[in-house]
Amino acid sequence: MLIFTLRRLNLFFFTMLLLSILSFSLSFLFPGDPLINLTGQINATEQELVVLRESYDTDLNLFQQYIAYIAHIFNGNLGLSMSSQTEISSDILAVLPATIELSLFAFLLATLIGIPLGFIAAINHNKTIDNVILSIAMIGYSVPVFWLGLFAILIFSITLGWLPSSGQISLLYEIEPITGILLFDILLSNSEYKWQAFQNASAHIILPACVIASAPATIFIRLARTAMLSVLNTSYIKATMAKGLSFKQIIIRHALRNALIKVVQHVGLQFANLVTLAMITEVIFNWPGIGRWLIESIYQRDYTAIQGGLLVLSSFIFVVHIITDYIYAALNPRARELRHGS
Amino acid sequence: MKSYFRTIMAFLGVSILSACDVANNEQLSQNSLIYCAEGSPETFNPQLVTSGTTIDATANQIYNRLISFSRKDNSISPALAKSWHVTRDGKMITFYLRKNIAFHQTEYFTPSRTLNADDVLFSFNRILDKSHSFHYVSGGSYPFFQSVGFSDIVDSIEKINDYTIRFKLNQANSSFLANLATDFAVILSKEYGDKLSIMNKKEQIDILPIGTGPFKLKSYLSGSHIRYYKHDGYWNNEVAIEQLVFDITSSNTARLTKLLTRECDVIAYPIAQEQIIDHPHFILDEVTSFNIGYLGFNTLKPPFDNIKVRLAIAHAIDIDAIIDTVYSGLAEKATTVLPKSSWAHKKNTAFTHSKTRAKQLLNEAGYPEGFAMDIWAMPVQRAYNPNALTMAKLIQADLNEVGIKVDIVSYEWSTFLRRLRLGEHSSVLLGWSADHPDPDNFFTPLLSCAAASTGSNRTAWCNEEYDSLLQLALQTTNIAQRTNFYHQAQAIVAKELPLLPIAHSKRFQARTKKVKGQLLSSFGGINFAEVTKE
Repeated sequence: MLIFTLRRLNLFFFTMLLLSILSFSLSFLFPGDPLINLTGQINATEQELVVLRESYDTDLNLFQQYIAYIAHIFNGNLGLSMSSQTEISSDILAVLPATIELSLFAFLLATLIGIPLGFIAAINHNKTIDNVILSIAMIGYSVPVFWLGLFAILIFSITLGWLPSSGQISLLYEIEPITGILLFDILLSNSEYKWQAFQNASAHIILPACVIASAPATIFIRLARTAMLSVLNTSYIKATMAKGLSFKQIIIRHALRNALIKVVQHVGLQFANLVTLAMITEVIFNWPGIGRWLIESIYQRDYTAIQGGLLVLSSFIFVVHIITDYIYAALNPRARELRHGS
Repeated sequence: MKSYFRTIMAFLGVSILSACDVANNEQLSQNSLIYCAEGSPETFNPQLVTSGTTIDATANQIYNRLISFSRKDNSISPALAKSWHVTRDGKMITFYLRKNIAFHQTEYFTPSRTLNADDVLFSFNRILDKSHSFHYVSGGSYPFFQSVGFSDIVDSIEKINDYTIRFKLNQANSSFLANLATDFAVILSKEYGDKLSIMNKKEQIDILPIGTGPFKLKSYLSGSHIRYYKHDGYWNNEVAIEQLVFDITSSNTARLTKLLTRECDVIAYPIAQEQIIDHPHFILDEVTSFNIGYLGFNTLKPPFDNIKVRLAIAHAIDIDAIIDTVYSGLAEKATTVLPKSSWAHKKNTAFTHSKTRAKQLLNEAGYPEGFAMDIWAMPVQRAYNPNALTMAKLIQADLNEVGIKVDIVSYEWSTFLRRLRLGEHSSVLLGWSADHPDPDNFFTPLLSCAAASTGSNRTAWCNEEYDSLLQLALQTTNIAQRTNFYHQAQAIVAKELPLLPIAHSKRFQARTKKVKGQLLSSFGGINFAEVTKE
């Protein structure tokens, strides 16, 4: 396990190094003055600029400038947004929880729907139900997410009027952000309309979460199905059959656990994919998360925000990857011995 | 498997619990109104801006003025001042204030007194007096007042007693009262200003506003929403709406969707107007506005410093096609900056759409091969231009045919306005909504030299002959004489063409039938003071 951890740390360190170099070089690649791009100080006076140059070591060589930049980042200073002149770090902290909330919800939805369906398909291998599930998975995987989002709004919001089309919660409710995860904040708040707010927020999350979940869920179906089929073909399952256990017992006691282990490894990899989908979906559903914020920043040519946002978002996805690697290693001792990270 | 089942049960439990509160919820939505606005305000003080988005969000919600325009016939009627008196030579105007007018009480300020003459002095001296401690807070630019030459008109303001204020003018001015009745001439609280001075947080006066209006600010998140609560001690009428929320939604489609899904009660600048008219649950309101949408040339930047180039572009653009496409035919084609209904309007027939004439002019100007230019298109919908981006694309296609390459530029609204003020544009699609019926309100803010230096004249065009005609027109109250001066002024604009007038439009909004009351007026911003909801 120690070797495994060291390997992961090594990977983490070098990936972060590359990411930060990329982010740092962006300020030179964007049009305009690199220092302004890095700090977002568009209204700085001459004296302020002198202080800034000092703190970012702009008169030294590139390597030292990079070190100064890293020092600023470790102090939580990502500069100011060019369009609103607010701290980017606080902006990101305000929008990131909404994305995490939506992604987690979608992720849960995808696993709870996808994996059982995949197992059902495998158990009924080559029967009608297997083919139906596989066809659904194929369709779900092929539909582009932005089209699905708009289509869902058209059907469920506009035509049927069941669910709201945008935002995180109706603006009627005033909820103080404590954790940033809205559903928790509502439960922690002392608003007299607490339960309606909760209901309202739940209604708001359903559509975007379902849209995001559609693609990963179909992948999970196929993963779970393949995993289950390979487990059912192993000799130990054949042995249990020979012992005369009932099919139900075989599945529940022996096959499920072993198939799940195979699935977990790939589930983590899907998370990066899911966050990408979440970004697109946030724009469509006007969800106040980091994806919408980042796309808004790109649209406004807010270079400082783009750099900070990309750095934070990619680090976040990377950290999630490493965590899933760990969970997989904990579940499957044999994985720790493998040479390379997945 | 068990935990899976438990989660579902818990979720169901929550849903059942929350169903108990439905009656409570009805009350909340009945007392609240959500308005889908098209953009974020730049500030919470109308004195500092000319942008309609900001005026809509602030002017009639947070503040009052000394006098206002009556909604019935646009005549000037009492507001914070219960009456006023103008001397015969027109140089002295005395206002008599109402008593017991309460300022907002909020989390950030508790007033200890009601409105008096000091507040009026504070509000206007902030604009007029460069040594006033608040003059340079928030930049020191008061575009509307600078564009009408307020500091040249007013000689001094004096306090006669606690409830009487006298304005002394340098010369009689026929549009002075109308200027005071606009949305920009709001009354702030001096007591609040003093408190902020002590705390050394002066800039807060324009960010966390205190006024006497029907609503007080609770919270604001840029790009997301503004939340107002009812001002309990409002002097004029009992406000029916407890909570007023501006849901900032810049996309046209998203606003329409929110209306259809009842997430918004009223939406600004709706698209698909025919469908809204046919819909059983919604009403389309329209009001004929005094406005102009135009293409302004930055006359300081070559090649737009050349009159022939400006004329060539005017001939190349097919305005009829723009009116059909962008305004769905619901606008009047503009030939001059004034709408037809104004008494000073003079028709101009110089610009027929003609590519050959355009090419000929380009040749004469020395650009036979054409050139490349930027058109800045607003990212928001305004009454005078419901879709600047589409308009820019039509113009791009028209100009391409005479050899001019157009690059379309757009930024987020507040950034857009900031960069315009810096004069970074070469041409811009913008417009002007009048603040009062006087024609001066078009000529002066749009094209005078004073406005060129303060920014509401985005063409940077400055013509002394034109300016002197405007001055002469203001010094008389004789309509025939004024009309004559304004006709001459319009002739100069037609010849020089610093901007190409495109259309005068109507302003639209859509609302659910539950919302009753008049929100729109021909001048100035939206007003929720007397709105009720079933």
